[in-house]
Amino acid sequence: MDLDLTEEQEMLRSTARDFLAKECPKSLVRELEDDEKGYSPELWRKMAELGWMGLVLPEEYDGMEMGFMDLIILVQEMGRNIVPGPFFSSVLLGSLPILFAGTNEQKKEFLPKVASGEAIMTMALTEPNARYDAAGITVKASAQGDGFVINGTKLFVENAHIADYLVCVTRTKEGSTGEDGITLFLVDAKSPGIKCEVMPTIADDKLCEVVFENVTVPQQNMLGDLHDGWQIVAKTSQHATIAKCAEMVGGAEAALDMTLAYVKERVQYGKPIGSFQAIQHYCANMWTSVNASRNLMYKTAWKLAEGLPATEDVAITKGWINESYKFVTERAVQCHGAIGLTRDHDLGLFYRRAKAAELFLGDTDFQREVVAQQIGL
Amino acid sequence: MDFGFTKEEDAFRQEIREFLRTELDPDFKGRTPLERFSREFTRKVAKKGWLGVGWPKEYGGLGRPHTEQLVYSEEMMYSSAPAGAHILAQNMVGPSLVRVGTEEQKKEYLPKILRGEQVWCLGYTEPNAGTDLAACQTSAVLDGDEWVINGQKMFTSFAEHADYAWMTVKTDPDAPKRHRGISMFIVDMKTPGITVGSMDSMFDYPLYEVFFDNVRVPKSAVVGELNHGWNYLTTALDHERVFMGGCVAQHRRVFEQMVEYAKTHYRNGKLITEDPIIRQRLAQLAIDLQVGRLFAYRVAWIVGKGVVPFAEASMTKIFTSELEQRLANTAMQILGLHGPLIEGAHAPFDGYMAWEYKFSLMQAVGGGSNEIERILIAIAGLGLPRP
Repeated sequence: MDLDLTEEQEMLRSTARDFLAKECPKSLVRELEDDEKGYSPELWRKMAELGWMGLVLPEEYDGMEMGFMDLIILVQEMGRNIVPGPFFSSVLLGSLPILFAGTNEQKKEFLPKVASGEAIMTMALTEPNARYDAAGITVKASAQGDGFVINGTKLFVENAHIADYLVCVTRTKEGSTGEDGITLFLVDAKSPGIKCEVMPTIADDKLCEVVFENVTVPQQNMLGDLHDGWQIVAKTSQHATIAKCAEMVGGAEAALDMTLAYVKERVQYGKPIGSFQAIQHYCANMWTSVNASRNLMYKTAWKLAEGLPATEDVAITKGWINESYKFVTERAVQCHGAIGLTRDHDLGLFYRRAKAAELFLGDTDFQREVVAQQIGL
Repeated sequence: MDFGFTKEEDAFRQEIREFLRTELDPDFKGRTPLERFSREFTRKVAKKGWLGVGWPKEYGGLGRPHTEQLVYSEEMMYSSAPAGAHILAQNMVGPSLVRVGTEEQKKEYLPKILRGEQVWCLGYTEPNAGTDLAACQTSAVLDGDEWVINGQKMFTSFAEHADYAWMTVKTDPDAPKRHRGISMFIVDMKTPGITVGSMDSMFDYPLYEVFFDNVRVPKSAVVGELNHGWNYLTTALDHERVFMGGCVAQHRRVFEQMVEYAKTHYRNGKLITEDPIIRQRLAQLAIDLQVGRLFAYRVAWIVGKGVVPFAEASMTKIFTSELEQRLANTAMQILGLHGPLIEGAHAPFDGYMAWEYKFSLMQAVGGGSNEIERILIAIAGLGLPRP
């Protein structure tokens, strides 16, 4: 057992923290919430120069060939700083499925572009039925000529409006199970027939409606095997879910730190409010909750990095952290009082994202049901 | 990072399981006071050398790393092995003596504890010193070569069986800060002037009171330095909290039993596991159990680095004790009308869950109430100002 980060990981963490504090102040975060694109090309370029987009990609695709644990640590810092932009969608949802299931040609074509930040990717997974499972996939891809034609509507697709390529999850046949008959395609986002619209959300996270109307994709852009694509989605989801958890842990840590600093300096009744037992209990509970989140997140990330089966761990981890992030940001606002309700205060940035993050790839009830199945209920 | 166990740790776990399979009756439930307290079982554990599993080798311990102590604790707790006759000596008195005892005290007590021959109780709580242990009123006054103790201790676990008490006494009533006037004493429970009384608890355990009426003990009863007892008490409590973190393994077993029950019993014509609310509740407990287990790992890891995990141990204790209450409540919920049955043909698990429902109140109160533990986290761990 070794529950410490390596020296290199500590270094990665402090480099990321310093960089983001300087290059991504909260003023930029706020500005980008109202920005049409939702990201800063300049910050994006600088992050790419640090090698972040290709952190876990092999060197032959211009990556840094570091481990999943390293990526987790980086994403945790991004969550702490709520870095706006398509890092998550491009790296976790776009490049990982190609890394897991792509042909050599596909890897050669797409991965170096992701690593350099030249191409932005995302995954078009969910639909208006808002389901997390394979049975929810109804967007159809039908064989036609040398390729396929996609029809249907994807919803809640993060950053599709700025994406160059979409990993589109389609149904190619009505199988005996929901999983049977799912096929993935790498779709050029500028293909004729694609309409994309950004929907306003409480987290300003640029979720899009993407309508496919007779969109053609060549055969060579099929990712993985015909009808057998769900396992790629499942594996990608596991990694993306834990990366999302890392982002959430980072956010919860930031909210907790802000709260601890505030209750030490805010004076009422002639004393810092942090000396009152009610506030002390809140803070102890928040700290406990964050510790639990961090432990779970690291343990499951370790399992994934080791290639161990982790379905139950992923669900346990996301299930806990969903509730924890909401709890910590809500208590943080409570400890701050009315000032925490203002738009100018940073806490709202975290509080709004906590709910959105819960809903991403499985809310708490969904995760609990996965756990229930895993323990044999 | 590495959350895995080594081959040695896995082998050790197997060895303990094998031992428990041999030594514990298949019907053993670990519920009655008799089941939880067995000098015979303690001597068997001692024979394996496990009472000193984490003690330094120079004092006769095995000096095993903290991860193996964790394995030991998990397995013993999982099977509710009777630990009453050694638990306090093993986890609190022994390690404290190693750290602060005089050479004489170490020579006198450590070997006997390791052989499982001495039962110890902790005399901290008094009628007017509960959470506020520094309000201790039991006094010791020097008279010639002897200390004379007068006062009363309360809720003293195992007092009736104990050979020795490890207890706080007021030795300097005029100390400018009251905790500086407290010393730690080792008192032979057979000393004239000591009487033990008991109150019944709602979970069949007697809760003891110990009265001290002009009890004369030698000067050598003082642990370490005079008036340094508060220090020793707080570090000893820390061992207790570390140990309590291991309790989560015991809760895991109860959980597994409830899962098995839900899978094999019907309510309203349906398997209990088909009820979506029960599925959600059991899943949440599975999540909580994982959290509790990782807390215990973290505490063991920190201790292994030579750091005292004050806040982390408090956190673990709070979480585990409250988890126990949620677990007991969910168990009763699943059992429905059968839940409160204590015995008889209709009582599931021989009434174990009904007992656990009552017993689950204890850990949140004992070893530092959860309220004061939260304040300790806030002040010692998070640097918030004192009230």
